[in-house]
Amino acid sequence: MKMGVTFAALSAVGLAGAASAQTELSLWYHGAGSANAEEATMLEVIEEFNASQSDWVVTIESFPPIAYNDAVDAAALAGDLPDILDVDGPVMPGWAWAGYMQPLGIDEGFVEGWLPGPIGRWNGEIYSVGFWDAAVAMTTRRSTLEKYDIRVPTLDAPWTGDEFMEALTKIRDSGDFDYAFDPGMAWTGEWYPYAFSPFLQSFGGDIVDRATYQTAEGVLNGDAAIAFGEWWQSLFTEGFAPGTSQDGAARETGLLNGNYAIQWNGNWAALPAVEAFGDDVLFLPAPDFGNGPKIGAASWQLGISATSEHPDGGRAFIEFAMQDKYFAKFSDGTGLIPSTASAAADTANYKEGGPMEVFYALSEAQAVLRPVTPGYRVQALVFEKALADIANGADVADTLDAAVDEIGADIEANGGYGH
Amino acid sequence: MASKLTRSNRAGWLMALPGTGLIALFIILPFFLAFAYSLTNQRLASPNPTEYVGFENYRELLGLAVFTLEPERDEAGNAVVEDGEIQYPRLRSFTRNNPDYPNLQGKREWISWQSGENRTVILASDVVFMKALVNTFTFVLIVAPVQAGLALGLALLINQKLRGISFFRAVYFMPVVVSIVVVSLLWRFIYSPGDGLLNNILTGLTFGAFEPRDWLGDPSTALGAIMAMSVWQGVGFHMVIWLAGLQTISPTLYEAASIEGANKWQTFRYVTWPGLRNTAVLILIVITMQAFALFAQIDVMTRGGPLDSTQVLVFQAVERGFGKQDISGGSTISVILFLIVLCISFIQRYLTRERT
Repeated sequence: MKMGVTFAALSAVGLAGAASAQTELSLWYHGAGSANAEEATMLEVIEEFNASQSDWVVTIESFPPIAYNDAVDAAALAGDLPDILDVDGPVMPGWAWAGYMQPLGIDEGFVEGWLPGPIGRWNGEIYSVGFWDAAVAMTTRRSTLEKYDIRVPTLDAPWTGDEFMEALTKIRDSGDFDYAFDPGMAWTGEWYPYAFSPFLQSFGGDIVDRATYQTAEGVLNGDAAIAFGEWWQSLFTEGFAPGTSQDGAARETGLLNGNYAIQWNGNWAALPAVEAFGDDVLFLPAPDFGNGPKIGAASWQLGISATSEHPDGGRAFIEFAMQDKYFAKFSDGTGLIPSTASAAADTANYKEGGPMEVFYALSEAQAVLRPVTPGYRVQALVFEKALADIANGADVADTLDAAVDEIGADIEANGGYGH
Repeated sequence: MASKLTRSNRAGWLMALPGTGLIALFIILPFFLAFAYSLTNQRLASPNPTEYVGFENYRELLGLAVFTLEPERDEAGNAVVEDGEIQYPRLRSFTRNNPDYPNLQGKREWISWQSGENRTVILASDVVFMKALVNTFTFVLIVAPVQAGLALGLALLINQKLRGISFFRAVYFMPVVVSIVVVSLLWRFIYSPGDGLLNNILTGLTFGAFEPRDWLGDPSTALGAIMAMSVWQGVGFHMVIWLAGLQTISPTLYEAASIEGANKWQTFRYVTWPGLRNTAVLILIVITMQAFALFAQIDVMTRGGPLDSTQVLVFQAVERGFGKQDISGGSTISVILFLIVLCISFIQRYLTRERT
């Protein structure tokens, strides 16, 4: 890898005949072997940056997504981080706190008018920015809702919690589907906090108390959270939704095959639904359980490592990369939501009248970041386990209490995580 | 002996160096590190300095308390009964921020039973760890004898001179060659709820009388399902060891037994079994160790769920150390596991010692 790059650099210098010293910047990227055009687009951006100026040469090293975070942890322990780091939004505060990253040093004006998801802030400073955001919606068919005489909700008038449960009851009682609602229990891991904690927030609870980030007491086991837990459990005990033993294949094909009536799914899975149902497909906002409809915000972003000797080079690259034309290119290649409205207008799916236009509005209106704290990594695991246990019939209040205690003990053991 | 090892034996030590060096670096050193970390608050990634915390980690894992819940009483002092069940105050009113019961703070119910009107509850600081401990022991106590017994049965079956016997040997040994991760993934399909392979077969065999079950999704069957699959995967390996033991028994002993008129059971009891003594000791110890190290099946098939019914110690150690970045917590579990396995090995050695 290194070898090849050196040869390439040498030959480039030889051909150009210019001996101007270019400084090499290393970049680590999480998306090796991505199924869509994500990796190819990244390579294209780097190539164009290298050609556009003569001070810096960015070299990329790609990792498979599943090994990426571990590789960065190991490199940080060994003092071997690259100059530019690709980082998942909710993980960023942890890396900033642990001293892997430095503030980006770009100004707030740069990200004005962006969606909230692609901006990574920690302690009041911007540490990372990204090309795209993702959004989650209730995916279903217009004909299904009409058949059971269910109102089609809109962004301005989403379903209320009761309305949503009435709709699910009608569908379940008809016996036409295996399950009325598929939240996606097969997707263990980050999907749980990303997709399900917005329900909790709509009830009025949260994973951790965001005023101080020092405890979850009262927010994850308060009345609102217990109401959420009871509702969550009823989805499974009353036969509305498939439980934790749902297999991945059923998750992928359940809606398309007509086994599930309504599916809670991300915009990355929207294109197959559009292809299968055409105009009949509906992407609906989350129900409002009392505190407004909410969805999670998320994206992979670029930042500069703490050990980089050339932060100005990294900054130059990131500023170059964060242009509307690349946002649009990423979006067209991957189906993800571009970071700005002006870029959205240039994409195939999110322009006015595009098949996934609604997702941009969802992301803009309802997106809530996951807790911005280094403790998120542990909190996400605790939350995931609590939700799985409640779905499997555990006592709601006891389970949430245990989660609160575990989150509290972890925050204490880490000296408050620097808040 | 010692003098012989040290005297003019430089070449010997030099040749042993790569092996012993690697063992020291990757097994002995990490072991002592784990013990040291278990006395600190070491994290995987943190700017905070590591601090010595004494036995706090052990207290957090092993803390227990017994508490007697008295029923809720009406004004006359009689226990309130609803739907035929005595009503108790919620445990969380005692365990959460109750200044009268500081020793119960943060503990959770682990086991409880009825004694007269009262309910006795055993509370644990770390219920998940306690469940992992119990599950691990259950797994070992069931898998070790079943797997060893089945392996012996298979070894006796294939220790015959029949045409095509090597085909059967290969078939029984096959699961051992396949990676445990692949096996676990395959068995997830077999156990799949609804129309999984196992459900289909059982429904077919009972002409539809069998209700399809969610084998891995039901707390009452999940651990059993993993045990069955683990035995299936591991039995071939121990069959081969038994077979090796069987083939060291001299045929003349069998001839003598048949001349004496011994029947099959007597031959097994007085010739085969005594001849397998050392093999049996080896197999028992190996299976016990392997069973305590149960991890891959859990990680792939259930990740400890549903409702902690398949939590085990090694999975918890990894989950805490890497998942939750709590190196000290993971180390503490490893040290506890080490002590347990050490004790059991000593007991096994004592029970299977040569009596002279």
